[in-house]
Amino acid sequence: MTALTQQIALARESGTAPRIAPSRMGDRLFQGAAYGSALLVLLVLAGILGSIVYGAWPAFAEFGFGFLTSSAWNIGTEQFGALPAIIGTVAAALLALLIGVPISLGIAVYLTQLCPGWARKPVAMTIELLASVPSIIYGMWGLFVFAPLFARFVQVPVSNVVEGLPIVGTILYARIPSGVGVLTAGIILAIMIVPFVASITRDMLDQIPTVLRESAYGIGCTTWEVVRHVLVPQASVSIIGAIMLGLGRALGETMAVTFVIGNANRLSASIFDPGSTIASRIANEFNEADGLQLSSLMALGCLLFIITFIVLIVARLLVRRVKVA
Amino acid sequence: MDATNPLATTGRGPSASRVRSGRRIADRILILASTAATMLGIVVLGSILLMLIVEGVKGFTPELFTAPTPGPGSEGGGIANAILGSLIMTFIGIVIATPIGLMAGTFLAEYGKTSKIADVIRFLNDVLLSAPSILIGLFVYTLMVRPMGTYSGWAGAVALAIIAVPVIVRTTEDMLRLVPSPMREAAAALGAPRSLVIRAITWRAASAGIVTGIILALARIAGETAPLLFTALNNNSWFNANLLGGVPNLPVMIYQFALSPYPNWQSLAWAGALLITVTILALSVLARFVIKEQRQR
Amino acid sequence: MSASPAIRSQIDGRNPADLSAPVRIAVKDLNFYYGSFHGLKNINLDFRDRQVTALIGPSGCGKSTLLRTFNRIYSLYPEQRAEGQILLDGQNVLDSKVDLNELRSRIGMVFQKPTPFPMSIYDNVAFGLRLYERLPKAELDVRVEESLRKAALWDEVKDKLKQSGMGLSGGQQQRLCIARTVAQRPEVILFDEPTSALDPISTGRIEELIEQLRSEFTIVIVTHNMQQAARISQFTAFMYLGELIEFDATTKIFMNPAKRQTQDYITGRFG
Repeated sequence: MTALTQQIALARESGTAPRIAPSRMGDRLFQGAAYGSALLVLLVLAGILGSIVYGAWPAFAEFGFGFLTSSAWNIGTEQFGALPAIIGTVAAALLALLIGVPISLGIAVYLTQLCPGWARKPVAMTIELLASVPSIIYGMWGLFVFAPLFARFVQVPVSNVVEGLPIVGTILYARIPSGVGVLTAGIILAIMIVPFVASITRDMLDQIPTVLRESAYGIGCTTWEVVRHVLVPQASVSIIGAIMLGLGRALGETMAVTFVIGNANRLSASIFDPGSTIASRIANEFNEADGLQLSSLMALGCLLFIITFIVLIVARLLVRRVKVA
Repeated sequence: MDATNPLATTGRGPSASRVRSGRRIADRILILASTAATMLGIVVLGSILLMLIVEGVKGFTPELFTAPTPGPGSEGGGIANAILGSLIMTFIGIVIATPIGLMAGTFLAEYGKTSKIADVIRFLNDVLLSAPSILIGLFVYTLMVRPMGTYSGWAGAVALAIIAVPVIVRTTEDMLRLVPSPMREAAAALGAPRSLVIRAITWRAASAGIVTGIILALARIAGETAPLLFTALNNNSWFNANLLGGVPNLPVMIYQFALSPYPNWQSLAWAGALLITVTILALSVLARFVIKEQRQR
Repeated sequence: MSASPAIRSQIDGRNPADLSAPVRIAVKDLNFYYGSFHGLKNINLDFRDRQVTALIGPSGCGKSTLLRTFNRIYSLYPEQRAEGQILLDGQNVLDSKVDLNELRSRIGMVFQKPTPFPMSIYDNVAFGLRLYERLPKAELDVRVEESLRKAALWDEVKDKLKQSGMGLSGGQQQRLCIARTVAQRPEVILFDEPTSALDPISTGRIEELIEQLRSEFTIVIVTHNMQQAARISQFTAFMYLGELIEFDATTKIFMNPAKRQTQDYITGRFG
């Protein structure tokens, strides 16, 4: 042995430089804590469902399936039904998709195909910042800025034109052109889902190999043809997933809708008229409610849970691993 | 017809372009429409900011930060109590959420990886990430407010924590996955136990990314209103030090005051809205710069 | 014909293999599996004390896999498992009772790409030391310096020990990793293609370093570069498709291989 290895051997044996084995206990504890925290995520989800079903039980027991089909909402007689809120929720969300999806796709196409290089980052960041504006601010903007303009430049002229006409005369007629209503909620929701849908779609388009794009341009395709025949088909599943994710947000969005939907308890055939969604109804009434009304609001929450979770699960299956929205 | 033959095209004259006008028009429409869509997004953000500045700046007086919210019909007042309540609940929320989110994200990236349970948790965490926050409010109401018999800052903080956790889990996992595995192997090869490899090496390598996740979570919960409606509420000018009873906070104050008939309340709502939006946008921009630094490592 | 003139020239003047050196690691009937894939087939091989043994062979032949069994680093990945025996000073490291962390502190490893930790140069070297020894600050300083000197890096970094290890050049980073390994005073150091990510000058410095380290440590190096194997090793094992084809003194392998496959490989007919 050389002097050095002897030294090392000596040191090892004599204990001047003992090898202290780090405790396996600490390792176990750490792993346990990690596992426990991960399980907590499951527990929270189960807790949300459990607590809502628990709270909703009296209403389901009282009204049964009739809860889904009844349009009553009478606090005096304690008669409650979910139909107007369900229809309002679905209508506002679908209007949001109808308006928001084309805008989102347009933004994604602009950012990936048309935008000059220097402007890409700032423009993309501006669009993404729209996602961080709190819901309540959208509500204020919708109520104080958008609704008056909407009443004056859309509701009034359109109502004047369609008055008396069949079908459109009903759907697009505002009895009181206040600017708030189901369509207004849909428009605000559309603006709110745009940044999410646009940024996921953009990421998906970015992932398509450049070669594919270049070869399409190479045979003389126009931008429209490249987008329509090459990019969109390639990313279609993910884009549908992104739209579903947007739908999930639109269905459960609360504060912005509460500001601009008008919070009417009855059904109206016109999308210019006030209505309510499940979330806005809960936000409006929950703090003053008790007894069967409280339970009915919980039951509405339960329906919202089921609808949004189905949509979100489908969305996540279509878009695996999108970035944090 | 030979596209490579220059005579073939020149012979047909400039009017007979190979691109049919239908194709041209479709292309023009696409370019115009997508540019307009992008402009629209920018205009909306600009309009929101403009509205907040025009309406909000007027309310920025020293009193805003020193006086509590005024009663109905009384003059002046500030939002000091709501700012403090929001700060406290957001802080407690993030303090609860950070260790849970960090550890759960660590589990997914370092231990669970592709196991069944990790796949399930990862999937449901993604679902929870976009779950309606009002449902979380209902959950915490049932879990805490009802049994305790009172609204409380604690319930508000727990609701905010539940919203923050999925954001932190997701970014932590993503960022830990960016750490190259030879780095872990090198630390393990020195005889470092697994938990130490994670704490001393992987976490450190991903630290900027993890911090970004926490900032994003902060930005997300700072403006949350719906879950606070049922948990913390906003019904008194100052609040108990033990956080029991209602705790005033900016989002709920804005909601109630903006829709009130009193001009001074409305003005306070606008000032609060400006304050909260600027804070959140600043946090979002900050997060982007921190993540940039992580990517450059 | 055996090896090319280029490789022959590397062999000349090398330290001859010391066949009397005691066996440090004895591999007996080792089999390795990646899930259902049989990665190593019945490997039997001895590694001698303070000798450099090179593992060569075409990509995917199992040379890195074999290296990764010695410190059981493969066990980070649940789908990988080894069967058989690897005796380190007579103790089977594959025994489930072996403390992995203690084992890894006795067998150092340097990887293909430099893996500096995200901390200062000083802390990089001290990281492994602090794991198993509680040293006073002064002694820690001495050990860090000693290790950096052994890794021929001291002069380049002595004025910036507090700076991040990530800021060094590729070759410096790799020497930092060697210093970090040496600091623990392991018995064996495993090199997994340590120079494949480096430029020729850095490669030369690492090779000189390995030559110096041989006086203290038993060294196993995986390399895809036959000239490198010829330059720095005393023993060479040639592997192909998960099997050990031939193992002998490096001179023998390159000048007069016993097996046809070995001959084909070193003369560049495949691989």
